[in-house]
Amino acid sequence: MKKVKSSILNIVLVLAGISAFAGVTLASVYTLTKDTIKDSQTSKIEEAVRAVLPPYDHVSLKPIELKNGVETTNVYKAYDKNNAMVGAAVESTSNNGYRGTIDIIVGFNTKGVIMNYAVIEQNETPGLGAQMESWFKTNIAHQDIQGKNAGTSNLNVSKDGGEIDGITGATISSRAFLFAVRNAYFAFTSNLDVQDQGTKVKVDSTQQKSSHL
Amino acid sequence: MKQSGVKVFLNGIFKENPVLVLFLGMCPTLATTSTALTGMSMGLATLFVLFASNVVISILKNLIPERITMTAYVMIISTFVTVAEMLIHAYYPAMYVSLGIFLPLIVVNCLILGRVQVFASKNSVFYSALDGLGMGLGFTFALTVLGTLRELLGTGKAFGNTVFPEHYGALIFVLAPGAFITLGYLIAVVNSAKLRKTEDIEDNID
Repeated sequence: MKKVKSSILNIVLVLAGISAFAGVTLASVYTLTKDTIKDSQTSKIEEAVRAVLPPYDHVSLKPIELKNGVETTNVYKAYDKNNAMVGAAVESTSNNGYRGTIDIIVGFNTKGVIMNYAVIEQNETPGLGAQMESWFKTNIAHQDIQGKNAGTSNLNVSKDGGEIDGITGATISSRAFLFAVRNAYFAFTSNLDVQDQGTKVKVDSTQQKSSHL
Repeated sequence: MKQSGVKVFLNGIFKENPVLVLFLGMCPTLATTSTALTGMSMGLATLFVLFASNVVISILKNLIPERITMTAYVMIISTFVTVAEMLIHAYYPAMYVSLGIFLPLIVVNCLILGRVQVFASKNSVFYSALDGLGMGLGFTFALTVLGTLRELLGTGKAFGNTVFPEHYGALIFVLAPGAFITLGYLIAVVNSAKLRKTEDIEDNID
């Protein structure tokens, strides 16, 4: 077969044909994967919310949103059997990381004590900043943020006069992480009185245990 | 030049290995091999894109006018890259996160555009498919070896399984300089093997 000539008509026809092919392929794969992608994203956040909260009876998985400049924080409130609030998980982001956005979820009890945290997204250097996933819950003095009251503790790296020892060799990542934690606490306190409108999901204790694994 | 299917297939894996011999696609090679698993996943994603684009372009090679070959090739390649990206995002979200920007960047991997231009635009569908498979497997092989070495030397693990305690590892191998060092030694090994082979042949002639 001879090669098609480069006339305007041929060029237009061939490019239109290839575009149509690309469009149909992409549209069908998009429809195929759309729901799975959405599910995997929400389940990751749900899992993290469950892991960082103090013991609770039910939790609202429809968050209260709080916009603060470029950073967004989502507050997920948790309640006990008598519908009294026991704490909240706050999803908070920071754009000051070494490489892109850091997205974490921090769990507080009603007094503002940090229960636990989970990292949803981070692109920090492997081996350095990426250690944040476990660093700030390692049980070493000045390193662990769990059990600290975010309202009374100075949650800054010790270099900046705070009481937390940042990750060795990753001060920028540590600063960004603690910024997100402080922001989470701010969102937590400013939303204490906001009435929760979301649907409440009941979780039994067995499920809660497994989410900690 | 007569071609045999086996030869075309093996060509990409050993004799013209894209990473270790042709030095194509160095960017993802250095960037995504901090662990064995990410290296292998990157290789497999590239394998899929290379195979699919090679096949489609060898089918369409006579229909694409000379002046828009590049435009047409890039459109076809980027379609398959986006397909790969969406599939990985849906069924392997953890890998989607760790490959990050390098997944969409497969579009500009010179390995793919290179094979499409050099091979698929001149050969039949059958040979192009074999070439795509062979080159893709060669790429995957090199990335997996590089990733395994870096992960092992850096963290004492292979595919996430601990081989020796982590504090014996040298962190530098997980970071960017370690990629250059490991790749350099790998290429040295391949080159010395090639040199020995040619010397053997010369000795036999003598």
